[in-house]
Order: sequence, then structure tokens, then C-alpha cells
Amino acid sequence: MGLFEFFGKKTFPHGIHPPEYKEVTSRKETMRIPFPEEIVLPLTQHIGAPAVPVVHKGQFVERGQLVAKAAEKALSSPIYASVSGTIKDIDLMPGTKGPIRSIVISTSPASAQIPIEGEYQDYQQMDSSEIPQAVQATGMVGLGGAGFPTYVKMMPPKDNPIHTIVINGCECEPFLTTDHRIMLEKIHNMITGINIALKAIGAPKAIIGIEDNKLDVLEEIKPHLPKDGTIEIEAVKTKYPQGAEKMLVKSLLDIEIPTGALPSSIGLAIFNVTTMAELGDLFPSQRGLIERIITVTGENLEHPGNYLVPIGTPLKHIIKYVGFHDVEAEVILGGPMMGHPVASLDIPTVKATGAVLILDKQAIRSDEIQPCIKCSQCLQACPINLNPSELGQLASMRRYDVMEEKYHLNDCFECGCCSYVCPSNIPLVQYFRIAKLLNRQRHMQNG
Amino acid sequence: MAKDQTQFDISTSPFIRRAPTVAQIMRNVVYALMPLAVFAVHHFGISALALIIATTLSCVLTEHLFCKLSHKKTTIGDASAVITGLLLALTLPPGFPLWMGAVGGFVAIAMGKTLFGGIGFNVFNPALVGRAFLQAAFPVSITTWTPAHVDNRFVEFIPSSLAWPFMKPVSTTEWTVQMATDGFTGATPLALMKFQGIFTDSWDLFIGLTAGSVGEPSSLLILLCGAYLVFRKMLDWRIPAAVILGTVLCSAIFYFIDSQQYPSPTFMIFSGGLMFAAVFMASDMVASPVTPLGILIFGLLVGFLTVIIRLFGGLTEAVMYAILFGNAATPLIESYTQPRVYGETRKVKK
Repeated sequence: MGLFEFFGKKTFPHGIHPPEYKEVTSRKETMRIPFPEEIVLPLTQHIGAPAVPVVHKGQFVERGQLVAKAAEKALSSPIYASVSGTIKDIDLMPGTKGPIRSIVISTSPASAQIPIEGEYQDYQQMDSSEIPQAVQATGMVGLGGAGFPTYVKMMPPKDNPIHTIVINGCECEPFLTTDHRIMLEKIHNMITGINIALKAIGAPKAIIGIEDNKLDVLEEIKPHLPKDGTIEIEAVKTKYPQGAEKMLVKSLLDIEIPTGALPSSIGLAIFNVTTMAELGDLFPSQRGLIERIITVTGENLEHPGNYLVPIGTPLKHIIKYVGFHDVEAEVILGGPMMGHPVASLDIPTVKATGAVLILDKQAIRSDEIQPCIKCSQCLQACPINLNPSELGQLASMRRYDVMEEKYHLNDCFECGCCSYVCPSNIPLVQYFRIAKLLNRQRHMQNG
Repeated sequence: MAKDQTQFDISTSPFIRRAPTVAQIMRNVVYALMPLAVFAVHHFGISALALIIATTLSCVLTEHLFCKLSHKKTTIGDASAVITGLLLALTLPPGFPLWMGAVGGFVAIAMGKTLFGGIGFNVFNPALVGRAFLQAAFPVSITTWTPAHVDNRFVEFIPSSLAWPFMKPVSTTEWTVQMATDGFTGATPLALMKFQGIFTDSWDLFIGLTAGSVGEPSSLLILLCGAYLVFRKMLDWRIPAAVILGTVLCSAIFYFIDSQQYPSPTFMIFSGGLMFAAVFMASDMVASPVTPLGILIFGLLVGFLTVIIRLFGGLTEAVMYAILFGNAATPLIESYTQPRVYGETRKVKK
């Protein structure tokens, strides 16, 4: 592969170029944050059925001990104690989407992580059909934000072989640098993780896609890649939302994932780079997922940075540690384009939390909404070629059914480009979220 | 709730935005029209200046009045009424009576804009609605052209400008003959072409040495002003490009058939305010399609219709009607040109 191809700016049409703000944390090495006094582990930190508690109130647990097992015969993922301590409660606790059943642990002084129970296995000796189960046992889910249990993607349908595994290291959201740091600091783990995925799926090759604002990663990783070419790395153009899997597939391979279909239907499996690195770290040493790197950044912070945070750490603990005192702020889990705002600082981080972003409230407060002037900026921004202008006008007329049937509402993955560019300040993507929700409710009522 | 507990407002993502506001876009369009206005005043003198002021004031006041009447916050701050006023003035003959200009401004805003619900809801370009009204109401005045670069144009009005409201303006024929030392009649290049079979040199048209409406003489200046807006991403270059392409294609066909009888494509695009209409009128965001294919079809349609009306219609100022027709067709064009969505597979026919 020639130099020009590397810098040849593979990309997808449309999209936007928001300011990156990544220099705030991108050069900061990951640091461990002190344990909080209390850990809150929601039983649903993944897409699927809630995990089932295997501990009781008052019980002492070791760091790394199983506290909730995966629900049987369902899409689910186990949860491990991220600190040693006493189970204080198993009850409803605040979460990003409202109260959620959680296990609360009062922290005892720190100790080393104990391995998962069971016999030690080397993945290279294992049969590929045994790997997904062992991956599930680590509690691994999509760490890029989706929280989809990783083992499921390692069991693709038999009739549709996977020809390429795409590793997503784009991290296109402004501010975030978690994936960037992982790719610099955990190269070997990442390659091990990818090898595990390759073996489990039986795919011939994997390709790592990064945005060309992280070319330092490219230089670091290239010498470590296997000589047989099973793992490649390629830079694509820095553009939001390059990290959306639909867009990355288009950029890297110039193919499209058909509407409503899974990537596996066209022979692809897509994993986040942090997921691979953590898997490669935990799997060989048979440990469960109990901590992860989180970018804590934003405005008016004393110490923005990349922190190794135990899963279940309440936000107030993190925010206090990084030196934030202002009260007029918005705290967001994830990036500024697609992140979720929090209503309370008692909410804990979960497996899929990659960033805590603190933004000045004054900057966010929006102006008055004005009528659509049909400037077509949103059409030129939408990465999947929707007509947000028309969708927005239909939404204001409550024609949610037409939005879905005629204007492809369900293809929207809510990247927010349309809202970003709208001169009339119309909250387009916000309308679309509500429309989708109401459509789902309507479909459920109609059976 | 405990005292030390911080309170949060909840908004939803995206939390960052970077877009010019509607008012900023409109203000920039006003800036882009300013050089044309200045050039027009240089060209036609104090009459053009007074006309520009009359229509603009009329538009702004009308918008303000209608906002007050409907108990809404006034929307004149977004400067879109100023644009309508400027656009209207720039399409009128320089000696157009001021009171008629003011009526045109009133009609443009009242019937072209506020009647539909204000900015964003108008079906037609308001300035063109105003001009179409004037064309119907005052057919003589709107086709009475006077020469440019008259000697004392900065101190003396063209006689017809200062007609009393609701009074017939005085004839300018005598004045024109008196002023035009070199036998200049004030006829526009299009009228010369249509009624006398004289073709004006395209280069003169391009740099603006001919008679015509207030703002349309210099295609070069219009293109430069348009380029500024395109550079600021406040004008969709595809619309003017498609209009010009449509005009060139259609007129080239006729020119190819009989170059003696029909004018050349270059003459077509540099005359009769086509450039002005393509850059500033057809590109009215609200009344033109948003879909990529729709934009192309809209532009080609306007270009085609312009040529057809010019060559075979009874009027010379064809582009106005072509755009109004394009505006009317916009919803239809849009509904048939929705873009292909990512991952969309062709529907299997039953």
C-alpha cells in the first residue's frame, strides 16, 4: 500500500467539520483515578436482558468477583465488582434514562483484581466455537458507546461468512480521546483482541480505520502489525460522523450496509478499537471488565484528561477529582454531538461510558427557533442523504407516519449534523428522536 | 433537595452548533447587493438611488405593519424585507415613478410574503410577485427605459421618477432624445433584439455599458457579488449554474438552427437581467427546491422557459415569469426528486 493511498483521504459524502477540541486531552497519558467511596453497578449496562444478581446485601465481595451473571437464554452480559467491599444495597438507583436496578458496593481499601472463576484457557488452543462464550464471561460489551454484547457479534450466521472485520478507531466526536490513547498505550492488547475476534469469527482479515487526525497512531501501530497482512490499518478523512459504522464501511470499503440490515448481512463484523484492546487485555488473563478509560474534558476544568475509572463510579466523584466547581454547567456522557445529558451527578459511569464532558451552559443555551428557509444545508450535511428539511416540517405537522414511510426516518442514526448546520436553529435531530419514539409506541399499540 | 446539590437543565444532543443565523445570511445578501446598488446609482444617478430607497422602505414598513396587525413580534430584524426591496428596485427601469415602486414593495411583502405566513412560507419570490404586479398594473412605465450616464444624473431626476402618487408620469421620450447625444434611445438590448433585430455586443453587456433595469447592467459585477455569497456559503451556486446552463442549452439549439434569426447563447445569458435573476432571484432559498436533482431540474426549467418566452412570447422580460413558474413547480419537483438514501435498495416490483 503506497503512501498516497494512506493519505488519500478515503471518505464518505456529506458530513460536517466541527472543531475538534481534542488537543485538550489527546497528549495526556491515562491516569488512574482514586476509588470512590461507593460504587453503583446498574444491572443493565448493555443492550439486552438485565444481569441477574448473585450476591446479597451485606456480603463482602472481592475486586473482580462476579456480582451479577448474564441472564440465561437471552442477550445479556455479566457484571463484576469493580472494587472490593460490602454490598450495601440492591435497589433502584438513578441512571441516565431514569431509575434503574443497581448493585451498590461500599468500597474497602483497594486490592488486586481476582480472575474469573473457572479453568484457565489459552485462546490460541481453544476451538473457535468456544470463544464467544468465554468472551461473554468477561462481561465485554461495545465500549464505543453502543453497549452491544461483544460475544454476539462473534457468532455470525453460518450461511453468511464474514470476509472482513472492521475495527473502528475513528473517534469522530469532538473532545473525545479515549480511543486515541488506547491505540497508543495498548497496542499489543489491541492486536491480541483483534486476533481473538479473527479466530472466533473465522474471518481472513481485519482492517483498522482511524481518522487522519491521529497519524501518530498509524506510525506507532504499523511496526506491530502481523507480517502476513491479516491486520491492516488505514487512515480516512477526519470528518464527522466518520466513526458511525455505516460511514466507516463506506469510506474504507466503498460498500453500504443495506437499510435495516446488520453488517453481517454483507459479510462484515465491526468492533470498536477500545473493545478490542480491553478484550485482548482481559481475555488472556481471564479477568472481567471492571474499569475503563474515560476522557474527562470540557470547559472550566482544572485537570482534564484520560482517566482509568472503575465502572460504576458516580459522576460527582469524577467531577470533584478533575477540579470542577462551577454550578452553571451541563454534564454529558459521551461526546457533544451524540452524548446523553445527565440529570444528577449521582449517576454512575457504565461500561459503555467513554467520556464525561462538561460544557458551559451559556454556550449551549439556544436561540429562538425560526421557520425553515429551505437553505438545504441539512441535506448537504446528512451523511445518509436524508431530507431533514422535509422531515422537520413533517414533524412539526405531526405526520410521523409519513416521515417513516416516505422519508426514511428509521435510517437516521441521529448523528445531529442537521441540527448542527441549521441556520434557523430548528432542533431537527431532536424532532426525529421523538418521532421515532412515538412511532414505536404506535406500532406496539397496533400490535 | 440538599443545599449543596447542583441543579441541571437538560437539553439533548447535539450540544454544539455552528451555523450562521438566518439574520446573518440575510444581512450578507444585503451586503452582496450593495455594490450593485452603488453601480446602479453611478449608472443612472439620483433617480435610481431614490427608487432603491423607496422600494426598500416600503417593504420594511409593510412587513412591520403586518407583524403589528397580526400581533407578532416584528420580523424586520432579519433583513429579509430589505432584500426584497433591493431586489425589486434593481429589476425596475431607472425612471420608474417612485410611488409605483412603493406600491410594488407593498404588494411584494403583503401578497408575496406575509400572506403566506412570513419568511420561510412564501411560495414565490416576494420581489418577483411585486414586479409581476407592477408589470400588470403599469405596463407602460415598467417598459419605459432611459439612457445611462446622462450628464447631470446626480443632481436631476429623470422626469418620470417624481410623478405624483396615482398620477400618470410624464412621458420621457422627449427627455431621452434631448439627453442622448449619440442617438441613444434607451431601448434595452432585448427590445433591440426583439423589435429591431439588432444584436448588442456581448462584451458590452458583460461589463455593463448598456441600458436596462437599475441593477442588471453588469453581469460581471453580479457574478462577483454572487461569488462572495457562494464563498460565504450563503448562496447555493448550483441554482444559478443550472439556470445559466438551461439558458445556454436551449438558446444554443435555436442558434444552431438559424443563427441569423436567433441570438447567440452568450447574448442570452448576459442580457435582460438573466444573470441578475439567476444569481439573486432564482436562488431564493425558500421558493426553490432543496433536493440536488430538484435544484438541477428547477434551474434548467427556468433557463428553458426564459429562452422560450423571450423568443416566442410577447414580452421581453421573460426571466421573471420563468422563475415564478419554477417557484410554482418547486413542490412538485421536490416530491419527485427525493435523494437516494444510504443503503436503500431498489424496491422489488410486484
